Amino acid sequence: MNAVNASGWRPSMGEAGQAGVPATSSGDYGLMLEEPLSFELGADGKCGVDIEDADRAPMGGLSKFLRKQMPDLPGLTEPETVRHYTRLSRQNYAIDLGPFPLGSCTMKHNPRLNEKMARLPGFADVHPLQPVSTVPGALEVINELAFWLIDLTGMHGVAMSPKAGAHGELCGLLCIRAALDARGEERHIILVPESAHGTNPATAAFAGFTVRSIPATPEGRVDLEALKASLGPDVAGVMITNPNTCGLFEPDMKAISDAVHEAGGYVYCDGANFNAIVGKVRPGDLGIDAMHINLHKTFSTPHGGGGPGSGPVVLSEALAPFGPLPFTARTADGVVHLVEEENASEFDHTQSFGRMVAFHGQMGMFTRALTYILSHGADGLRQVAEDAVLNANYVLRMCEDVLPAPFAKSGPCMHEALFSEAGLAEGFSTLDIAKGLIDEGFHPMTVYFPLVVKGAMLVEPTETESKAGLDRFIASLRSLAERAKAGDESLHSAPHFAPRRRLDETQAARKPVLVWQG
Amino acid sequence: MRYLPLTSADRAEMLESIGAASVDDLFVDVPAQARLPGPIEGLPAHASEMAVERHMSALAAKNVSAGSAPFFLGAGAYRHHVPASVDHLIQRGEFLTAYTPYQPEIAQGTLQVLFEFQTQVARLFGTDIANASMYDGSTACWEAILMAARVTRKGKAVLSSGLHPHYGEVVRTMAKFTKDEIVSLNTELTAEPDDAAVIAQIDDKTSCVVVQYPDVLGRIPDLSAIAEAAHAKGALLVAVVTEPVALGLIEAPGNLGADIVVGEGQSLGVGLQFGGPYLGLFGCREKFVRQMPGRLCGQTVDADGKRGFVLTLSTREQHIRREKATSNICTNSGLCALAFSIHLTLLGGEGLAKLAAVNHARAQAMIERLGRIPGVEVLNEAYFNEATLVLPRDAREVVRELAERGVLGGVSLGRLFPVADGLHKGLLVAATETTTAEDIETFATQLEELLVGVPA
Repeated sequence: MNAVNASGWRPSMGEAGQAGVPATSSGDYGLMLEEPLSFELGADGKCGVDIEDADRAPMGGLSKFLRKQMPDLPGLTEPETVRHYTRLSRQNYAIDLGPFPLGSCTMKHNPRLNEKMARLPGFADVHPLQPVSTVPGALEVINELAFWLIDLTGMHGVAMSPKAGAHGELCGLLCIRAALDARGEERHIILVPESAHGTNPATAAFAGFTVRSIPATPEGRVDLEALKASLGPDVAGVMITNPNTCGLFEPDMKAISDAVHEAGGYVYCDGANFNAIVGKVRPGDLGIDAMHINLHKTFSTPHGGGGPGSGPVVLSEALAPFGPLPFTARTADGVVHLVEEENASEFDHTQSFGRMVAFHGQMGMFTRALTYILSHGADGLRQVAEDAVLNANYVLRMCEDVLPAPFAKSGPCMHEALFSEAGLAEGFSTLDIAKGLIDEGFHPMTVYFPLVVKGAMLVEPTETESKAGLDRFIASLRSLAERAKAGDESLHSAPHFAPRRRLDETQAARKPVLVWQG
Repeated sequence: MRYLPLTSADRAEMLESIGAASVDDLFVDVPAQARLPGPIEGLPAHASEMAVERHMSALAAKNVSAGSAPFFLGAGAYRHHVPASVDHLIQRGEFLTAYTPYQPEIAQGTLQVLFEFQTQVARLFGTDIANASMYDGSTACWEAILMAARVTRKGKAVLSSGLHPHYGEVVRTMAKFTKDEIVSLNTELTAEPDDAAVIAQIDDKTSCVVVQYPDVLGRIPDLSAIAEAAHAKGALLVAVVTEPVALGLIEAPGNLGADIVVGEGQSLGVGLQFGGPYLGLFGCREKFVRQMPGRLCGQTVDADGKRGFVLTLSTREQHIRREKATSNICTNSGLCALAFSIHLTLLGGEGLAKLAAVNHARAQAMIERLGRIPGVEVLNEAYFNEATLVLPRDAREVVRELAERGVLGGVSLGRLFPVADGLHKGLLVAATETTTAEDIETFATQLEELLVGVPA
C-alpha cells in the first residue's frame, strides 16, 4: 500500500509517542485538522438555504419530463458548510501564506481592492444581454482596459474575449489562419521552440496546424539560423515566448520577426512572461503580430486554485481586422459601442474569424485587472517589472554556487531564475529539493520545466517578495541543495510536515477514481 | 507603491550584492533601441486606493444592475440568489490565491473540492464521471464535439436548432479551422422542439448530435428518442444544459441516454458578471475517460496510506502530451467550480429540487400573467423557468422601450439571432426564485401599456 515511500519517517507523528503523549483519538493534531468529504458529513433533508415552498404544482406539459429520483447529494447546513470549506482551505498553500515561486505561473499578491471592485453590483450583477443602454459603464471598463493593453504593448488592437492564456493562443492562431485565408494561402506549419509551454504546440494542433519544433542554442535562446532555415512557403508563423521559458529575453526577437515576415509568415508571442517587461519594452516594437496577456499573471487577477483566467490578445495592424466578435469600440462622441455580428459592418470589421465564447469574455477579471493597472499606473507597472527582475537575479546570484544555473553564466536573467539538478548526490533529484521546500514552509518552484534543462527548477519570486522574505527563501534553498549534495536520505521522504505525504500518482492513474463511490 | 515591498535601500543593496550597477544592467538583452527610457507617455501614474475606488465605482454606477429593476433575462445566464457564505468562503486566501494543485501535499483543500465538484456534477447530470471544469458552457460544447469525433472516429456533428445561438457560433467558428462538418438547423417559432428534424439528419457519418435541454426557447426536447436514433447509427448524444437548476425538476440527461453532458454552471454560486467568468461543466460515460478534455482529480493514498487526491490522467493534457493532447486547455474555472460546489453543498439534492420547484412556479405565474395581455402568445407547451412569447411587434424595440421604463424585460430573439428571419417578434423571458409577484405585475403592466396602450 505504501509503495511510494515505505521508508519514510514523520517526526510530527513520532513525537507524540516519544514525548510520552499518545496519538489523539480524533486523528486531528491541534490545528492540523483532517476533513471528510462533504458527502460523508451531509445527510438527506439537511439544507443550508431557506427556500419557500412552491405555490403551485408543475405544469401538465412537464409531467413526462419530471426527474424520477433526486440527485443523491446530501446537504449541509450553513455552519457545517462554513466549517467544511474553512477546514479544507487550511490544507492549501497560497500566496497569502508565503512565497509561491512557481516559474512561468507568476504568483504575485492579489490586491483585495480588486476583489471589492469586481463585486460592485454595477459589475457583478449585470446580465450580458441587457440592452446596451443599461450597461455603458461595463462597456467603458472593457474599453479602458483595452486601451491600456494596447498602449502598454504598442500594438494596434486587442481581442478581449478569450477566457485564458491557451484560449488566447487559439485566438491569435485563428487570426493568422483567417489572414492567410484572406490572402488565399494555405500555409499549414507553425514553428515552435523546444522550450515552449505545452499549450503552444497543443493550441497549434487544435487550430489545425502542423507543429515543427525548432532547437535552442546552448545559451537557451531560439536558434535564429535554424529558425531561418525552417522558414518557407508552408510556414504560417512562429510561436515564441518572450521572455522565454528559461527566463531569458530573446535578443534576436526583432530579427526573428523580420525573417518570419520576409518569408510571408506571422509572429505569435506567448505573453505569459509579459510581467517581466511591462513598461520596459513594447512587443509591438519587436515586430510581434499577436500576443496574449494572462491577466491572471501580469495583472494579478487571482489564480483561484486553477482559474478563472483571462487572455486578451493584442494584435498588429495586419491581424487586427480578423479579430473575434464581440468587441468594444469608442466613437468620436465618446460613446463605447458593443460590436457584435449584426453591427460589425458599421465598424468596418467584416473579416472577423467569428465568435470564441458565448458572451463578452471575463468581465470579472477585467474589473480586477483594470483596478490593478490604475493602482500602479504607468510608473508603477514599470517598477513592477524592475522589481520582479531584480528579485529573480538576486535569487540567481545568491544560489548559483550551490545549484548550477546553466543559462545565466554570461548575463542576467529576467523575472525567473533557472537551475538544474546537476551536481546533486546520486539518487537525488529536483523532486527532493521541491518536496524539501514544502517542509521549509515554501511552495516549490516549477520543476521539470522547461524540458530543455535536465531536472529544471524555475524560480519566479515576483515583485511581491521583500528582501527579507527572499533571504529566508534563499537560505532554505541553499540548505536543501547542500543536503541533497551530501546525500541526506530524509529528503527522499519529504514532505514530513504537510497535510499529506507523497501521494501515489501511479495508483490514481491506473484505476481512476474520479467520483465518490459511496 | 502600496503593493511593492522593496525599499530603495533594498534595491541598492541587492544590486550591489549581485554586482550590477543599475537595474538597467539587468535588461541588457533588450536591444537598446527597443528599451523605453521611462514610463510610457500619456498614461496616468499610480493612484491611491481611494482614487481608484472612486473611478471604478463611478463606472459601476452607470450600469443598471439586475437587482435594481424588475429583471427577466435568461438565455444562458440566470440570476439566482447566492447565499452569503458562498462568497465569503471563496474569498478565503487559501482558495483564492492558490495555484493549480500541482503539489498535491499542500493542495489537498483545492483537490478535495474538485473531487467533490466532479461527484456533484456527475450526479446532477446523471453521468458516470465529470471533469474539474472548462471555461464556460459554449467552449465545453465545442470540446464535447471534438471528443465525440475522437470516440466515434467520425466528423459530422448535427446541431439542434434549439442550441443557444452563441454556442452554435462558437462551434461553427472553431469548425472552420478543424474542417469538422457541422450541420446547423434553422430555429423556428414552433411550440415543439425540433427533435424530428434532428433525428432526420443522423446518418452513418454522424459523430454526434448536440441538443440543448431545455432548449434556447425554453422548450424541452425528448432526449430518449434522440439518443435512441443516434445510437442506432453509432453516433453520440451530446446534451447541453445552460440552466443546471432545471435538473432539480426534470430528468438528468445522462439518465435519458446522453453520452456526454456539458453545461454552463453559472446559475449555482457564480453570478451574472456581464458574461464571465463562468463555469463549463463536462460529464460523460466512464469508458470515454481517456478521451476527455480538461483536468481530472482522482482519489489515491499517500505514503502513510491516508486517503488523498491528485490531478490524474495528465497524459491526456497539453503539458505532457503537447501537440497530441486531447485539448489545449490549461487554466480552467477553479474558483467558479468552488462557488458552484459550495452552493450545491448548501442546497443538497432536496434543496435543489425545492429551488427548482420555486423557479418553475414563478415562471408559471409570469407566463400566465403575460399571456393574458392582448396580442401576446405563449409559444411553449412545456418549459422550466424560461419561455418564449410572441409579441405583436418587433421584440427588440419592446425590450429597449421597457428598459426606458425601468424594466429589464427579457431577451429578444432579434438580439440572440440577429441574422435569422421570422424570429423578430419572439421574446424570451425567465423567472427565478428572485422574481417577486410585484416584479411580474410591473413587467406585465408596462408591457401591456407598450403593446395595447394605457387603459382608459
